[in-house]
Amino acid sequence: MASAQSGTLYRGDTTGMWSWVAHRISGMLIFLFLLVHVLDTALVRVSPEAYNEVIGHYKTVVFGLGEVGLVAAILFHALNGLRLILVDFWSQGPKRQRSLFWGVVVVWVVLMAGFLPRHLMHMFGA
Amino acid sequence: MSTTSIPDPSTRYRRTGQRGLNAEMLSWLFMRASGMLLVILVFGHLFVNLWLGQGVQGIDFAFVGGKWSSPFWQVWDLLMLWLGLIHGGNGVRTIINDYARGDRLRMVLKALLYFAVIVTVILGTLVIFTFDACPAGADPSLLPSFCEG
Repeated sequence: MASAQSGTLYRGDTTGMWSWVAHRISGMLIFLFLLVHVLDTALVRVSPEAYNEVIGHYKTVVFGLGEVGLVAAILFHALNGLRLILVDFWSQGPKRQRSLFWGVVVVWVVLMAGFLPRHLMHMFGA
Repeated sequence: MSTTSIPDPSTRYRRTGQRGLNAEMLSWLFMRASGMLLVILVFGHLFVNLWLGQGVQGIDFAFVGGKWSSPFWQVWDLLMLWLGLIHGGNGVRTIINDYARGDRLRMVLKALLYFAVIVTVILGTLVIFTFDACPAGADPSLLPSFCEG
């Protein structure tokens, strides 16, 4: 049986638990976007006008902010996924999972700081 | 008469009797392998489509036509389509298994999921391979510049 003594009972770990929750939510959102994104791209087979009309919505301010959220979710999911791989396959992974999580946060912030101003410039035509 | 057996407290706890290769283990491994490839594929996709040039403002039919005239981007997007949908579909399958408690509800949700994934994979694959960057009769100003010749 699992017990606290044998070390198999999950007793909670804030970073591990919340990164798991965030991984699920971000993954679910990305999957739903992916379904829509294949459908909108499929409009290239209808006509150039139909594709340009629909993809034009992606260039509005509301969608532009949605793209910020999408990229934020993708970057987190990707970086945290790499962390999971290290936890599973790197001998030091389980011991360092908490530092790895903060590594994910730092790299995420750096990548977002690179993407956000550039994307806002594109959106507002600077 | 039956006797109650108490397991030796020093024996190691085993979660399942399954060992070696099995479907769930392959699914677990696939998530990690496809995940690493998807990091490269999706980061490259975001860099080219949202970072370079005019970013999202530069995306239109001519942009897609320019990309898919190259087999490199056809293969890139095809891999991203298949791996992304199978990776995402497998993730959502796990979420359904975790939260949908009734047998019938779980079956219905998974049937919808598999249907959506299969339709989207087939549609996307057909679009990539049957795409015509220079459709006859289209407004030339909307087409990639190489269509003029």
